[in-house]
Amino acid sequence: MNLASGPAIAAMVGAIVLTATAGDVFVASAMRGVGDLDRIMAERGLQGAIWAVISEGRFLAGAACMALSFFSLLFSLSHADVSLIAPAAGSLTFVSNAVVAKWVLHENVDRRRWLAAVFVCCGVALLKR
Amino acid sequence: MTLRKYLILGLVTLTSAFGDISLAIGMKRLGPVSLSHPGALLSALRTPWVSGGILLLLVFFASYLTALSWADLTFVLPATSLAYVGVALLSKFWLHEQISAARWLGVALITAGVGFVTQGPAYTPRDCVDPAFTGPVREAP
Repeated sequence: MNLASGPAIAAMVGAIVLTATAGDVFVASAMRGVGDLDRIMAERGLQGAIWAVISEGRFLAGAACMALSFFSLLFSLSHADVSLIAPAAGSLTFVSNAVVAKWVLHENVDRRRWLAAVFVCCGVALLKR
Repeated sequence: MTLRKYLILGLVTLTSAFGDISLAIGMKRLGPVSLSHPGALLSALRTPWVSGGILLLLVFFASYLTALSWADLTFVLPATSLAYVGVALLSKFWLHEQISAARWLGVALITAGVGFVTQGPAYTPRDCVDPAFTGPVREAP
């Protein structure tokens, strides 16, 4: 398969977006489970706060997904131009995060947050060109 | 939202922007690294710009996690996307890189997006959340 072809590039961007979104959602879910870190740090100190985070399985899953996303990005950059991969992956991740946060984390993604996600998505696409 | 929480969001933004710029300066000074000499990457860790950048990005990750412990992902991500604007401004005025009109438009769009999201509530109340995915609500002892 020619890795510089359109479908291959789409698949690589898809892999980056998928793993980055999974990483963010797992980490956000973990932090929601852990609770307010400011309060935990005030009560149990820095060590207690670090332990509360790293003992959370979803945090480890999220960190693994983020690492996968980073290596997917590196792999993609060795086959396609950064001017194509970086804006596509960076901007699409904002929209995919909003969709997944609404349906999986059940966050209240109102019209204001959709607008923010779309504006930032377009802004990042322009900025990374 | 308290002042302390806005400061945490500011810390996420600043450490991300300065961390990226610091790594960029460090790697530019080091020059191209060949895949056949990966040891050069280890020597990069000993340069002040690269090690400083990594330290800043560690602070970024810690403050990002702190923000996610009291705010929604769909609030934190757009609210801290000002880091992209920070990187653009630092590239222009510190690294003297050229910023095209399209990039300035990108800066304006991101700033508008941040304005939209920070006008609303930061957190979805827990009783609206499915505990099957988010796990039990654990109060600190």
